[in-house]
Amino acid sequence: MSGPLLRIENLQKRFGGLRATDGLDLEVWPGELHALIGPNGAGKSTAIGQITGEIAPDAGRILFGGHDITRLPAARRVRRGLSRSFQVVQLLDDATAEANAALAVQAAQGHSFRFWRDATRDESLLAPARALLARAGLPAARHAMPAAGLAAGERKQVELALALAASPRLLLLDEPMAGLGASESRAMTETLRGLKGQVAILLVEHDMEAVFALADRISVLVHGRVIAAGTPGAIRASPEVRAAYLSDEDGL
Amino acid sequence: MRDRILLLLLLLAAIALPWLAEAAGSPATTGLATRMAIYAIAAASLNLVLGYGGLVSFGHAAYFGLGGYAVGILYAHWRSGEAFLGLIPGSISLPVTLGAAMLAGGVSAAILGALSLRTRGVQFIMITLAFAQMLFFLFVSLKAYGGDEGLSIRRRGEFPGLDLRDAAQLYWLCLGILVLWLGLLRRVAHSRFGQVLAGARQSERRMAALGVAVYPYRLVAFILSGMGAALAGALMVNALRFVSPDMMHWSKSGELMIMVILGGLGTALGPVLGAVALVGLEYGLSGLTEHWQFILGPILLLVVMFARGGLMSLVRRLLPA
Repeated sequence: MSGPLLRIENLQKRFGGLRATDGLDLEVWPGELHALIGPNGAGKSTAIGQITGEIAPDAGRILFGGHDITRLPAARRVRRGLSRSFQVVQLLDDATAEANAALAVQAAQGHSFRFWRDATRDESLLAPARALLARAGLPAARHAMPAAGLAAGERKQVELALALAASPRLLLLDEPMAGLGASESRAMTETLRGLKGQVAILLVEHDMEAVFALADRISVLVHGRVIAAGTPGAIRASPEVRAAYLSDEDGL
Repeated sequence: MRDRILLLLLLLAAIALPWLAEAAGSPATTGLATRMAIYAIAAASLNLVLGYGGLVSFGHAAYFGLGGYAVGILYAHWRSGEAFLGLIPGSISLPVTLGAAMLAGGVSAAILGALSLRTRGVQFIMITLAFAQMLFFLFVSLKAYGGDEGLSIRRRGEFPGLDLRDAAQLYWLCLGILVLWLGLLRRVAHSRFGQVLAGARQSERRMAALGVAVYPYRLVAFILSGMGAALAGALMVNALRFVSPDMMHWSKSGELMIMVILGGLGTALGPVLGAVALVGLEYGLSGLTEHWQFILGPILLLVVMFARGGLMSLVRRLLPA
């Protein structure tokens, strides 16, 4: 396929008088790591909600792999290859890390209207599950821990493993560094560096060190629209971006 | 291993119960145990949606009652010789009436579930309750089948090779069906289907992010659960030889919920413990005083307050896995 993998055209979303998304245009190309940054309140969460299908846009289009997915339900988008992780980790807390990943593998294998065989001991689910957790950086010794008992960094790793299970064409990572300590953050940066090139990634992140270390291209979202897009070097030099960030005290 | 041996011993004791009751000079105990086994089937069925699926259905008495009425209506038509709706001949063959009951329970759970499962939380509780109450009043007004007085059934169903007029044989049949049904539910809970159902309980959002829309899975669980409740209702009507709209009353839905929660939500054997405990307590306390509910209430309160996870968690404290 030539052309962008994800293409967002003139997306609009209002909440009462607030234009949370105000003519958003964005393109993510196959294989690239594209970072979406912006000060607090820029409309990043609303944009993610619309890309993943949790929020219905008022106007505009979202094209994925050339197909219009603007009105597709969230689960169907995932099956098309648009996987996401959550900023606030969403795991099955009663289940172990391994069981979480096994369920993700199961979901990726097709429908689950199978009532007889014991899925909790099915190696065709558990082996790929362990491989996914390892790929996301979770050590094998932690696989049998209930998800609720894992450390914040480990939970983020499981979250990433679940997103990878669907063999996505595009991975939308919603602040994978949020809530992590410095060393956990570095480990996650290395994990993402390892994924670069294997799958296109749209990274929404506040950690500027990580963004500038990883991104091929960066789009800057302010007041619901992209005010600048380009390579990390170009974004760093952009006076518009500096102005937007300096007024927000976030620092760049 | 130890758990398996204990379970086997329990099962043997359950099988031997009619002889023990006979020897102890209290043959009525067999009838009590039959009711416990039947309620255990209903509670285990409710547990599939309530415990594993996290869906608080406050209307499962509807399916329990429909199963009962399937038996009662087929009996009435068998007796009169007229076909039901001019199409379906009456029957007292137990395999036929149990099958009809499960079909009625499954079809009605499919329809009511398809509508109810579009709601969440408190709305879901209220809509399942509302549908059950509609069915309750429908049967109260059905004068052809006894209205609010109900229907007496003079003859128990016939099962090849068994004489169900014998209390012990009826008990063994119910116990056998209970064991089969529990085995089936256990398999379902551990299957891929069961994993999705449990995942949907914990986070519907997470399931969507895995690419799974949970509605069809919940609906199938609801149908299976309705079929099990109807099966129990059909057996109960055979045991009591009587069916009335009281089987569908909302308080019966509540009793089934109490059994599941008292025994242990989302555990294989919890609902059985809950059914045995609740039926046993009702029987024992009502022998002491007519105000037995005054005593039952605080007992339930104590279990809920001090044994999170129900009676099954108490058992697990005594016998760690």
